Amino acid sequence: MENYSVFDIIGPRMTGPSSSHTAGAVRLGYITRRIMGAEPSHASFTLYGSFAETGRGHGTDKALIAGLLGCMPDDARIRSAYKLARDSGLSVDFTWSEEPAEHPNTVRIIAEDVNGKETDVTGRSVGGGNILITKINGLDVEVTGEYPTLIIQHHDMPGVISDVSRVLAQLGVNIANMRVFRRGKGDNEAYMVIESDEPVTPDMPAIIMRLCPAVHDMTVI
Amino acid sequence: MRYDFNTGAELLKLCDAEQITISEVMIRREMELSESAREQLMTEMRRSLTVMRESVKKGLTEDLKSVSRLSGGEARTLYRYADFGPLSGSETCHAAAAAMAVVEVNAAMGRIVAAPTAGASGIIPAVLLETAHSRDWSEDKLVEGLFCAGAIGMLFAKNASISGAAAGCQAETGVAASMAAAALVELSGGDPIHCLDAAAIAIKNIEGLVCDPVAGLVECPCIKRNAMGAANALLSADLALCGITSLIPFDEVVSSMYAVGREIRPEYRETAKGGLAATPTGRQIAANIKRMNGRTDD
Repeated sequence: MENYSVFDIIGPRMTGPSSSHTAGAVRLGYITRRIMGAEPSHASFTLYGSFAETGRGHGTDKALIAGLLGCMPDDARIRSAYKLARDSGLSVDFTWSEEPAEHPNTVRIIAEDVNGKETDVTGRSVGGGNILITKINGLDVEVTGEYPTLIIQHHDMPGVISDVSRVLAQLGVNIANMRVFRRGKGDNEAYMVIESDEPVTPDMPAIIMRLCPAVHDMTVI
Repeated sequence: MRYDFNTGAELLKLCDAEQITISEVMIRREMELSESAREQLMTEMRRSLTVMRESVKKGLTEDLKSVSRLSGGEARTLYRYADFGPLSGSETCHAAAAAMAVVEVNAAMGRIVAAPTAGASGIIPAVLLETAHSRDWSEDKLVEGLFCAGAIGMLFAKNASISGAAAGCQAETGVAASMAAAALVELSGGDPIHCLDAAAIAIKNIEGLVCDPVAGLVECPCIKRNAMGAANALLSADLALCGITSLIPFDEVVSSMYAVGREIRPEYRETAKGGLAATPTGRQIAANIKRMNGRTDD
């Protein structure tokens, strides 16, 4: 039996009309913005399933744009997201796909930042404003965005997991959840997804990369 | 946890043992759960009450249209009419209008508090804020009312569902009415057992109600069902306050509501494939919306 907080029942405070099609969509855009780590200049959104079917009436497009521009689900500016995009120098295009998707509320966001770097994120809205990011730049992941999250790409070799967890411990960051992924033994593009209790501050990635030689890239969400 | 409870019976036991209200149990439970100070929780809930109040006001004063253009403005019409001798009584009619106002705001991409969901967000603010006018309930008292409502909602979430996709509209507007009825009874000075009676009566009134939103949008029939939910909450609270009990105890009503909910076929659980959504008019509206271009702000 889930341990509900009273604020799960009276709440969240959100911009309507739908927790899944609006609030969840804002969070999908917002997490994508966090993964990018820079201001977006262009974004292409492809909506699948129920997102494509009823998204127009739910303002799912506006929610995704507003989230990508850093709005949270209770932001009053969501309804004027197209204006917000124009004012922020963000151009957008939408594809309302008829193709089947694994989950009814799925979106793929390909966004380019002001430095020309591209980020490709696929995620779904799973109900009640909760989301799951399933793909980042081609990597299969499971990221909820409910915790500070680290995605660490590394060479698959003995000791790398203990190196990373030791450095995090020294930095005072407790690991809440951790998953490791690889295509095979010795994979040079293996990766781990770590959710932490404490926030991962901007100075930490450099420290981790210096102290863990097998790590060659990381993303903080 | 000392103040945790999974059933209405356990909740009543805690109230009896400490001689406290349902809201007080819920506040103490939340303090334990989140390791927060009481004032912190009250402040957080007061923020939600403020958003509720703003959403009622917005829906009753501004000229709103939903993104789909299907709804907006009817709450204001009903609220004005309520002053001129409506059949259902002006207080009930005002509350119904306020409930519609919030869901119209929701449909127009305004800010609301899901209570327990966005589609049922009008009922609790409407009955509490409208009744507060005539009863002179303070802000603090209304915040307590929200904790009481939260306790009832949590019992449904734990033992049944608060999702239309899982158990139909009864799990959304029905649960909201049930939560609101309990809060009204507590704020009116009723005992915890009377709160549960009111909650049970309210949900029994709409047991089995399906979720069949036209075009899959939170507008038709959701907005008007919030009006009915407000009236349901007020009348259920009155029944309980005059001493009428629910023959079937609250916990059994919750189980029964969930059993019925699971029997509701998927077409009638928020998929927009059955009921009102599947009527010729409903289908036509859905087809029109699919052709909308989007790309515009209101």
